[in-house]
Amino acid sequence: MNLFGNLTIQILQMLLVLLPAPLLTGFIRKVKARLLRKKGPPLLQPYRDIIKLVGKEAVVADSASWLFRAVPYLVFAATWVAAALVPTFATGLLFSWSADLIAIIALLGSARFFLALAGMDVGTSFGGLGSSREMMFATLAEPAMIMIVFSLALIAGSTQLSNVAEFMLSPAVGLRVSLALGLIGLVIVAIAENARIPVDNPATHLELTMVHEAMVLEYSGRHLAMIELSAELKLSLYVSLIACVFFPWGLAPVGAGIAPHLFGIAAYIGKLAVAGVALAVFETSIAKMRVFRVPDFIGVALMLGLLATLLRFMSGSL
Amino acid sequence: MPLSGYLIGVAALLLLTLAALLPRPIRAGTVVIYGGSLGVTAVLFASALWQLLSGADWMALSLPLGIPWLGANFRLDALSAFILAVVDFGAVAASFYALGYGRHEHEPERVLPFYPAFLAAMNLVVLADDAFVFLLSWEMMSLSSWALVMSHHQVPGNARAGFVYIVMASIGTFALLLAFGLMAGDVGDYAFSTMRAHASERTVTGVVLALALFGAGSKAGLAPFHVWLPLAHPAAPSHVSALMSGVMTKVAVYGFLRIVFDILGAPAWWWGLPVLAVGAITAVIGALLGLTQNDLKRVLAYSTIENIGVIFIALGLSLAFRAHGYGAAAALALTAALFHVLNHSLFKSLLFFGSGALLTATGERSLARLGGLLNRMPMTGLFMLVGCVAISALPPFNGFVSEWLAFQAILLSPVLSSWALKLMIPAVGAMLALAAALAAAAYVRVFGIAFLGRPRSDAARNAVEVDRFSLIAMGTLGVLCLLTGVLPGLVIDALGPLVSQLIGTAMANQSQLGWLAIAPIAESRSSYDGLLVFLFITTSALMAAAIIHRFASDVSRIAPPWDCGFPDPDSATQYTPESFAQPVRRVFSGLGFAASETVDMPRPGDQRPARFELRLKDLVWDYGYQPVVSTVFTIADILNRLQFLTIRQYLSLVFAALVFLLLALAIWT
Repeated sequence: MNLFGNLTIQILQMLLVLLPAPLLTGFIRKVKARLLRKKGPPLLQPYRDIIKLVGKEAVVADSASWLFRAVPYLVFAATWVAAALVPTFATGLLFSWSADLIAIIALLGSARFFLALAGMDVGTSFGGLGSSREMMFATLAEPAMIMIVFSLALIAGSTQLSNVAEFMLSPAVGLRVSLALGLIGLVIVAIAENARIPVDNPATHLELTMVHEAMVLEYSGRHLAMIELSAELKLSLYVSLIACVFFPWGLAPVGAGIAPHLFGIAAYIGKLAVAGVALAVFETSIAKMRVFRVPDFIGVALMLGLLATLLRFMSGSL
Repeated sequence: MPLSGYLIGVAALLLLTLAALLPRPIRAGTVVIYGGSLGVTAVLFASALWQLLSGADWMALSLPLGIPWLGANFRLDALSAFILAVVDFGAVAASFYALGYGRHEHEPERVLPFYPAFLAAMNLVVLADDAFVFLLSWEMMSLSSWALVMSHHQVPGNARAGFVYIVMASIGTFALLLAFGLMAGDVGDYAFSTMRAHASERTVTGVVLALALFGAGSKAGLAPFHVWLPLAHPAAPSHVSALMSGVMTKVAVYGFLRIVFDILGAPAWWWGLPVLAVGAITAVIGALLGLTQNDLKRVLAYSTIENIGVIFIALGLSLAFRAHGYGAAAALALTAALFHVLNHSLFKSLLFFGSGALLTATGERSLARLGGLLNRMPMTGLFMLVGCVAISALPPFNGFVSEWLAFQAILLSPVLSSWALKLMIPAVGAMLALAAALAAAAYVRVFGIAFLGRPRSDAARNAVEVDRFSLIAMGTLGVLCLLTGVLPGLVIDALGPLVSQLIGTAMANQSQLGWLAIAPIAESRSSYDGLLVFLFITTSALMAAAIIHRFASDVSRIAPPWDCGFPDPDSATQYTPESFAQPVRRVFSGLGFAASETVDMPRPGDQRPARFELRLKDLVWDYGYQPVVSTVFTIADILNRLQFLTIRQYLSLVFAALVFLLLALAIWT
C-alpha cells in the first residue's frame, strides 16, 4: 500500500512539475506586463506556443551534427528527472533516494553541458558566444550552489531532499544565520541559472548581451519547443527547490491521507504564484547588468554559501 | 597466479625490449612488440584483478638479487593488486590501440624498445617490497618514459620538455631516496616490512611526509611541481601519453599511498592540512590553465593535474579523519580517492586515444585548426563525447560518482576537532566544486571546438574515421566509463579489501542495498543510484522523442544556418578556442596565470587591419621556477671562474680544502 501510495505520489509529482511550468512563465509575463500598465499576452500563451512549435517542421542547419537533434530531448529529460525529485506537495516520493541534492545539481549541470555543446554545433558566432558565457556563469554558479547545498545538508544532516524538507518542517530548525545566507545565495543562483534579469534577459533577441537565447538561436520547431519547455521546467524546479527547503509549509508528510495531499497541491500552486509575483516585481524594478558585472553578482552567492558553510563548521547552532 | 608468475611477466616485457633492439622490418616489429605487450599485460591484469576480487592471500617473495644483505623483495597485497590491475588494464588498452596507431610512427625504433620497458618498470614499482627495488624501478620508469617523450625530438619544444622532465624526475627520486633513508632510520634495513615494524619509533615523520609529497607528488603532477607534466605528456606518442597521464600518475599516487598510508604509521592531526591545501590548489590551477591552452594534448595534460588534485583532496581528508579516529569517514574519503584513480585512468586514456585519433586523421593538435569532426569521424566523436562528459563529473557517468563520494566525505568533516581543519575544509570544498565546474567548461570547449561547428582547416575538412583497433580501444573504455558510473556499488565493494588494509575499516557493503544504489553512511543521509538515473533519463528522452514524432511533427528541413539573418560562410567567423576562453580568462586572471589583451584598432580611414594580441603568463613558472633557474645560473657563472686558474692556484685550493676538512673532523669529534 505504502509502495503504491508513494508511486502514485511520484507520478503525480512528475506531472505536477511538468504541467504548470508553462503557466508559471505565462503568469510572470502577465504580471510584468501589468506592472508596466500593458495588457500582456494571455496566461495560456506559453502552452499555445509549445503546441504550435511542436506541429511545425524543424529547420536544421546543414553544418549541424546528430548531437544538435538529440540535445533538446536530452536536456528535457535531465531537467525533468531533476524536477521530479524535488518534493513539491509531498515528501514521500518513491524515487527520492535515487538522487540527492548534489546529484540534482549535477543533472542540471549535464543539461547545461549538452545545451552549450548544441550552441556550438552549427558553428555560428552567436552560438559560441552564448555557450562561452553560459559556461563562464556556471563556473561560479555551480560552486555557489554546492556551498549552499553544503550548508543545508549540514543543518539537516542529510543531502536527501525529502529528509531536508522533513527536517525543515520540524521545530528543531529554529532561526539560523546560515539559513538566511543560504536563502539569499540560492535566490541569486536561481536568477542566474534561469537567465532572468539582471543576469540575462529572456525577452531579447539580436542583442550582444543575450546568453541563453544566443545559445538556442538556431533551434526551431519541435526542438525549440523542447528547449522552451525545459527552460520553463527549470524555472519551476528552482521555485520548488526554494519552497521545499525554506518554505516547506503544506508539504504532506509520508503516509498522510488524501486531504493533506490535496492541501499540499493547493499550497504548491500558491507558492508558485507568490514566487511568480515576486520575480516579476524584482525584474521590473531592476536593470540588466553588463555581462562582466555578472561574475561579481554570482560571486556574492558563492561567498554567502561559503560563509554559511563555514558558520556551520564553527558552531552547531548558527 | 603465484608472485613469481608476475615477475616472469615483467621479465617477458623486458625480453620484448631486447627483441625490439634487433634489426627487422618495421611493420612486423610494431605488431610483435605491441601484440606481445598486449598478451603479457592481459595475463597480468587478469590475475591481478582475480587476486583483488577473490580476496586471495597476500604473497611475498624474496630473490637473492641486488644488495647482498637485503636481496630483492616483492609483495602483492590488496593495494598493489588494485594498482597493478589499473596499470595493466591501461597497458592492455594502450597496446591494443597502438596496434593500429603505432603504424603511423615514422621512427618506430625510437618508441618500440622503450615501450615494454616502461610497462615492466611500472609493474615492478607496484610489486616492490623494499626501498632498493622500489627506487630502482621508479628510476627505470622515469628514464624509459623520458626516452619515449624524446622519441619525436625533432619537433620544436620536445627537447626542452624532455630536459625539464628529466630534471624534475631526478629531483623527485632524490626526495624519495631521502624519505626512505629517514624511514629506515637507525635500523638501516630497507625492507618495507622492517620499516613498517619500526613505525612507532620514528621522530621525523613530518619531514618524510613533505618528502613523499614532493617526490611522489611531483611525479603525479601536484602544484607547484606540475610544470613538467604539460610539457612532457603531450610530447610523447599518443598511446604513451595515455599511459603517462592515465597510468604513470597513478603509480605516483601509489608511491604516496605506500609511504604515507602504509609504512609511515599512524598520522598526526595536521598531516591532512598540507595534503588538502596542495590538492585544492592543484585542482583549481590545473582546471584553469587547461582552459587557456589551445593544444588539445596539453589541455588533457592540465586536466590530469586537476584530477590528481581531486585525488589528493580526498587523500588529505582521509588522513585527517584517520588521525582523529573516524575510521568510517576515513574509509569513505579513501574510497573516493581510489575510485577516482580508477575513473581517471579510464577516461584520461580514452581522451588521449581520441587525441591520437585526431592527430592521425588531421595531423593537427591545435584546437584552432579543427572543427566539424563529429560528422566526419562519428565513432571517435561519440567516444570522445563520453570521455568529456565523464571527466566533467556529470551523471550518470563515473567521474560524478567519485566526486560525489568526495563531497559526502567533506560533509562529514565538521566532527573534526581541529580548528585549522574546520577553517580549511569548507574552502577546499568550494575549490573542489570550482575545479569541477571549470573542468566542465574546459571540456565543452574541447568538444565544441574540435568536433562541432564547421571545419577550420582543410585537414579537418578532409578527415576520415580512424582504424578499427583504435575505435575498439576507445569504445571499450567508453563503455567502462558508463558501467562504472551506473554500477558504482560493485566498484566500492571491490575496493573494500584495500581500504581496510590501509585504514582498518572499509565502507559498508553496498551490494545489499536495493536497486544497485550506493549509500556512503546511511540511506537516510545520502544515497545515489546511477543505474536508475541513467534509466530515467534515457526513458524520458526516448519517450518525449517518440511522442512528438508520433503525434506531432517529424518533418525536418536542412537549410543554411540562420545566425540571426546574417550568416557568414567563412568558418573563421566561428568562436575560436581563444575567444571561448575569454570570459573565463577575464574573470579568473591572476589565479595561477595572468592574461593581458591588447586591441590595436586603426583610426578611421586607415587601411591596415586591426590587431588583437593575447599574452598569457604562467605565474608559477615565472615566480616559482625562474628565480631558482636564474640563481643556479648565477652560481654556475661564479664557479665557472674556477676553470681558469693556474696550477699553483689549483694546488693551494686542494690544500685549503684538505685543511678545512681535517679541521671540521677535529672539531666535530
